[in-house]
Formats: sequence, C-alpha cells, structure tokens
Amino acid sequence: MFETFPLWPARASAYAGQVDALFIFLLTLCGFMAIAIFIMIFVFATKYRRQKGVLAEQIEGSNALELTWTGVPLLIFMAIFVWGAILYFHSRTPPNDSAEIYTVAKQWMWKFQHMEGQREINELHVPVGRDVKMIMTSQDVIHSFYVPAFRIKQDVLPGRYTVAWFRATKAGRYHLFCAEYCGTAHSGMIGEVVVMEPAQYQQWLSGGPAAPLPQAGKEVFMSLGCSTCHRFDTQGRGPNLTGVFGKPVLLEDGRTLTADENYIRESILQPAAKVVSGFKPIMPTFQGLVSEEQLNALVAYIKSLSQPPAGTAGAPNNPSAAPTGPTQLQVQ
Amino acid sequence: MTTAAVQIPETENYLNKEYGIRSWLLTTDHKRIALLYLITITFFFFIGGFFALLIRLELLTPAGDLLQADTYNKMFTMHGQVMVFFFLIPAVPAVLGNFLLPIMIGAKDLAFPRINLLSWYLLVAGGCLMLYTILAGGADTGWTFYTPLSTAFLNTHVVAAALAIFIAGFSSILTGLNFIVTTHRMRAPGMTWNRLPLFVWANYATAIIQVLGTPVLAISLMLVALDRLFHFGIFDPNRGGDPLLFQHLFWFYSHPAVYIMILPGMGVISEIVTCFSRKRVFGYKFMALAVIAIAVLGFLVWAHHMFVAGISVYAALIFSFLSYFVAVPSAIKVFNWTATMYKGSISYTTPMLYAFGFIGLFTMGGLTGLFLAALGIDVHVTDTYFVVAHFHYIMVGGMVMAYLGGMHFWWPKISGRMYPEAWGKLAALIIFVGFNLTFFPQFVLGYLGMPRRYWQYSPEFQVLNVLSTAGATILAVGYVLPMAYFLWSMRYGKVADANPWGAAGLEWTIQSPPTTFNFDETPIVTTEAYNYDELQEVPVGR
Repeated sequence: MFETFPLWPARASAYAGQVDALFIFLLTLCGFMAIAIFIMIFVFATKYRRQKGVLAEQIEGSNALELTWTGVPLLIFMAIFVWGAILYFHSRTPPNDSAEIYTVAKQWMWKFQHMEGQREINELHVPVGRDVKMIMTSQDVIHSFYVPAFRIKQDVLPGRYTVAWFRATKAGRYHLFCAEYCGTAHSGMIGEVVVMEPAQYQQWLSGGPAAPLPQAGKEVFMSLGCSTCHRFDTQGRGPNLTGVFGKPVLLEDGRTLTADENYIRESILQPAAKVVSGFKPIMPTFQGLVSEEQLNALVAYIKSLSQPPAGTAGAPNNPSAAPTGPTQLQVQ
Repeated sequence: MTTAAVQIPETENYLNKEYGIRSWLLTTDHKRIALLYLITITFFFFIGGFFALLIRLELLTPAGDLLQADTYNKMFTMHGQVMVFFFLIPAVPAVLGNFLLPIMIGAKDLAFPRINLLSWYLLVAGGCLMLYTILAGGADTGWTFYTPLSTAFLNTHVVAAALAIFIAGFSSILTGLNFIVTTHRMRAPGMTWNRLPLFVWANYATAIIQVLGTPVLAISLMLVALDRLFHFGIFDPNRGGDPLLFQHLFWFYSHPAVYIMILPGMGVISEIVTCFSRKRVFGYKFMALAVIAIAVLGFLVWAHHMFVAGISVYAALIFSFLSYFVAVPSAIKVFNWTATMYKGSISYTTPMLYAFGFIGLFTMGGLTGLFLAALGIDVHVTDTYFVVAHFHYIMVGGMVMAYLGGMHFWWPKISGRMYPEAWGKLAALIIFVGFNLTFFPQFVLGYLGMPRRYWQYSPEFQVLNVLSTAGATILAVGYVLPMAYFLWSMRYGKVADANPWGAAGLEWTIQSPPTTFNFDETPIVTTEAYNYDELQEVPVGR
C-alpha cells in the first residue's frame, strides 16, 4: 500500500534522518500543544455553556499567567531555533574534500558536469558514502534544486553560483524536482538522482569517454587566448592564476576578498568589477562568448591550479589521507 | 420561518434615507461605502474561488489533462492575485472596519469621508484592470512576480496585472491612513485608548502596516514594470542587476501583508468570544499590546521566505531568530481567547462556531509556522505543499472564518435583519469540515516533497490530492450557502432589534440599521470595553 500511497518520504542520507528527528520532535511538541488547546476549548465550551441562573464570572486577567505563556513559549521557541539553525549550518557547509559536480539549470532541464568529464541531463549518478557538492548556476530564470530524499533544497540563480551538498547512504533512484516556479514546464523540470554502490558507480564512470572537466576547461582557456595575459609566470598583463583559488585577493580599491567560484565567474563575465591590485582593467568581457558549461569548465580548471584539486565523485572521501591519489590532476 | 416579507418599520436609516444609484456611487457615508466594498470583494472572492476549483480539478489526476500547462500557471497566479489583493486585504478592514470603526469609537463617520470613497474607487479601478488582465489572457508569474521570470521571460499581461495591484495598493494605503487619523482624532469623550474595543486596536495596527508597507509593494511592482517596458535591468544579472533584490523588496511588504490579512480577523474574534461568553476579555492590555507587537515585529522577518534563495547563512540565522519572536504575540492571543471562555456563559451561535473554528485553525496554522521558521525544516518544506497548507490555514482557516463570523455577528446591524440561524450553523460546519479535508492532506504532501505550482505530479501523490479536491468541493458549497441566505434574509429575515445578541459595544446601543450619522448625540463613554456585567441576563439571539 505504501508504494502507491506513502506517508513518509524516502530517506537516503544521514542528514535526512537528522531533519526527520527535528520534524518528529516538532510534531510531538506542537501536536501536544494543539491538542491541549483544543481540549481546553472543548471543556470550557461544555462546562461553561449558558445555563439558567448561572452567570459568567468577570475576570480581569492575570499578569502571572500572561508572563508565563509569554516566557515559556519563547524559551521553547529558542530551543527549536537553535536545533534548526544547527541543521541549517551543517547543510550549508560542504566538507572541504567533497566531490564537485557542476550544474546548469535552464528552462526546463537539469544539466550536470562531473569532474571526470561525464555529462548528464535530468539524471544524476552519485556513489553511496561520498560527500557531493553541487555547484549550480542557471542559464535563465531562478530554479531550485530539490531532492526530497536528502531533505535538501537550494535555489539556482542566474549570474552566480549557489551550492548544495549531500552524502547519500542508500542506493536507489530518488526524485529530483525543480522547486522554484520557472514558467510553462516547471512541473516537467524533474529528474532522478541515481545513488549507486561504489563498485557499480565505477562501472558507470568507465562507460564515459570524456576528458576530465578541468582538462576541458584548460582547452577553453587556451582557445580563448586567456593564457596570453594570464601567463604562468610574473610577466603577464593579468595575474598568474596558479594557486589563486581559495586565497585572499587584494583589490585595486583596497578591499580584500577570497577568490571563490563566484569571484572567478564574475571576473570572466565582468572583469572590471573587481580588479586585482597592481593590474589595469584591460580585460574584455567574455559574456556571450562562453556558455555556462564552458564557464564551469574554466572555473574547474582554475581551481585545479591550486592544491589540492577538487575531488571527483569516483574517489573516496578524505583523499587528503592519500595525497597522491590517482584522480589528482597534474598541472603543467 | 415565514416566506412572506416582514414589514420593516419605516424608521429612517442609512439604507432608506436616499434611493437611486447616484446616492450610492457618490455617498460619503462609511456604512454605505462598506456595502460597496462588500459587493466588490464578494465578486472577486467568487472569481478567485472559481480559479481555485479549476486548480483542484486539474490536480485530481497526476497527468496534466484538464488544462494546458500555461493555463494552469495562469490559474494559480490569478487565484493568488485576486484573493490576496482584491479579497483578503480589503475584507475585514474595508467592509467590517469601515462600517464599525467609527461607530465603535462613537464617531459620526471616518475622518476623511471623501478619501474613503476615493479608496473604494481605487479598488474598483484596480479591480477593472485585473478583470481586463484576466479576460485578455492573464498573467502567469505566480502572485509573487519573481524576477527575472516576470521581467524577461514571459509574454503574458504582467504589466497590466502589476498595475492593477499597484492601484489597489493605494486604496489600501488610503484606508489605513483614514483609520489611523480616525482612531486618534475622532474618539468620543471618555473613549480612552484603554477602553477601545480590540477590534479597533486590531484595525489600527493593520492600518500602520498598510501605510508603511504598501508603498514598498508599489515600488517593487513599478520596478518590474520598468524592467519589462524599458529594460532597466535592475533585476537582470547580465547587466549587474540582482534578482534577489526583488525578493527582498517584495517580501518586505508581503510578509507584513500576511498580518494585514490576519490582524483584523483577530479583532473580530475578540468581539465574538467576549459576547458569547458574556465576559470581559482576559488580559485586555496584553491583547492590545500583542497586535501592536505583531505589526512592528512583522516588519523584521521578511527574509524567512528566502532561506533557500541564496542569502547568507548569517542573514538566515537572524531572520529565523526574529521569526520566533513574532510567533509569541500570536500565541498570547490564542491563550487569552481560551482563557476568556473560562467561567463564561457560552452560547453556541453561528458567529461563536466560526470563532471556535478560527481558534482551532489559526492554532494549526501558527504551529506549522514554527516548523517553517526552523531553518533545517524550512529547507525541506519551503516551496512545497506544506507551505501552501500553512498559509491557507492562516488566511482561509483564520481570516475567512473570522470574516464570515464577523459578517454573521454584525449582519443584524448592517441589514437590520436576522439570518436563519440553523442554516448559519450548517454552513459553518460544512466550511470547517471542507476546509480541513482540503488543506490537511497538503501538509503531508509537502513533507513527502510535492513542490507547489506543479501542473502534473508523481503518481504516488494522487490519493492525498484526491482528498484535497474532494474537500475543496465541500468547501465551495459552504461558501455559496451564506451568500444565498444573506440575500434571502434581506427580504425575508426576521427584523433585528438594536442589540439582538445582548452584546456590549457602542454599535449595539444604536438602532439597526443605524441612521446616517450613527448617533443622535455624541455618546459619552464611562466604562471599559466588554462591560458584560449588566448584560449577563440578556438573551442571546432575539
């Protein structure tokens, strides 16, 4: 019966269990509060129904009661707040060694680029037991990456990257929904997350022909002529990009920021927005010249110029324990 | 019940003082304007309700088979726009508030009677433009107008819809302004702030939100229109704009707007519960403070609609934290209504049934708000049917119940006639059952992960959707009934005397229906609100 009429969503990550725990706690607490109020109303409504010769007793109120039912709920609310905030913090902080999968959402499909080079549409293959970080952008309107079985959701915006992460614990096929209304075929912008045992995942990987994503990015880097200015020495008209990612950058206007995915992306599309100190705003914009997929490849490539390179979903967690793993990229 | 028309004793009142269409369209009498509003919003309620029925019929099956995808998207867009801006926001303030606020404080009219009429014309102008939008083919932005979908990706009548709401917004601002000035300047001698009925407090708090919040809605809709018409690029990321800016502007108004919709309903419930418990309200000062606290805190929580939108983790933490603070005064109100019934003398009239229903459904809506304010839960259930169920419990379960309760309570005063009590109770029961059957399954659907605004859906969600659609059909019957018997009672209802419920409050000291200037002489107030000591023995429902 519960195949066709489920009352609880599938649970395919440890985090999903943590969300369910808070949800069940809230159901119990709020259920208790609601029933208590309903019983009180029912009891008062029957016990104090209008009867001949019985008058209502005029009661002004009670400060003690008022303060109690102000203070006690507030304390309970604060506990819920903290619990909810801890979960949120966890869901917004991908582990450093997560595998990375780039995502482009568009009306009305999901496109995924694996670090190993595999590309997929509306189907996302991931292995069990690996932290996976989705680096997502939209080609048009706002979409939202929603996998109920993982209890995660993140809006996907045009013009910037947003991030979601999960660690699947159970093999299976799970719904992927677009949760932000995005026009005509919003309800058709759905797909499946296919969680596989690592061995099967390796098998799936080996089916693909493609070059690793940073390699593809390098080809774009070369073909667009980026390397004429961004040389790998100190003589270039643009900054040397080796080791830039994840490091603080001093800007021409004196501000400092961290070179993250969004900064690299912005620097390609709007180079004049945040110019590195010591350089002139001479770089032309590449808006309209690179597709979202090429942009992702470029970002992955530039990230690979810093150590350690981004993880791939085929490698196990904590590759730092094995610093020269087979999936590490060699940077020339 | 006789079917013969009962003779109205020909005393002069606001209804029979003048006749003819002109005497209505040019009236400055707050009571007549209230009736103009009543007709307008009832019309829009049934239009919005019709869209809702089409939505529920489409969702009867998982496949998109009744409507086209675009048509479905237009249905939920216009359902939201019509219901929020042309029914819920004006419902209690512009109809019941307009009629009652001056009388409750002992005034002859609102402070600015002509502005009051103007605000009705603005709503009608906005409403006509909304009708044009619907007939011309509609808009499919969702009632939220999220950019850049609304600004650059749709070819429907987005600007017309935005302009319609823009104009209706000014109606809301003017009503709010009028209420604030009236409450400050027009109170009868002795009607101190501590003696104001809670209905007045609630409408006053609402008015503050209307005046401070609505201009921001106007700005955000104007920016959408400018972006569409002249390609300003304010929300276009390719030109340095920011689509999230729109969400901040929109929710800065639209979260407080939730309180525009619910606060006046809370005021209605306070009047009904006290009257039919024959008791003064429990904790008057806390009740009055709570509505003001909701109005103020309501402005500080808007980004809790955006926890997954791409705002920073720290912003999310602050907005979640503040959202719990706004929940406290709502809890205080529920506890105080319940305590008001304690040791009361309770009669089960139709308005009281609606009040019971309101407290129950509002409690459910409020408690599920605690789920949504919890960050970790919100990530999973936002933009799903959980949210749809939550806000319908507040706005339909709460506000519409309160509005109908208020309409029944004050109908004798408004029309001079009693509605048929048995039919009233039946309709209240049907609405309560229909409502829960419609919206409770949606909580389950939401936690299962069914996203909102889906035209077709995965087959495992069907059983709950069928239940919901069945409930909506029952609900529709419940809403048509009061409409029918209110109309019937205008001619055939029992003639009501000045105070059929034996209720306290200045509106019950004058004849039903009132004369044009309400009071023959300015009343002098000597007691607090809800002075039920002397009214204990008065029968209920004469």
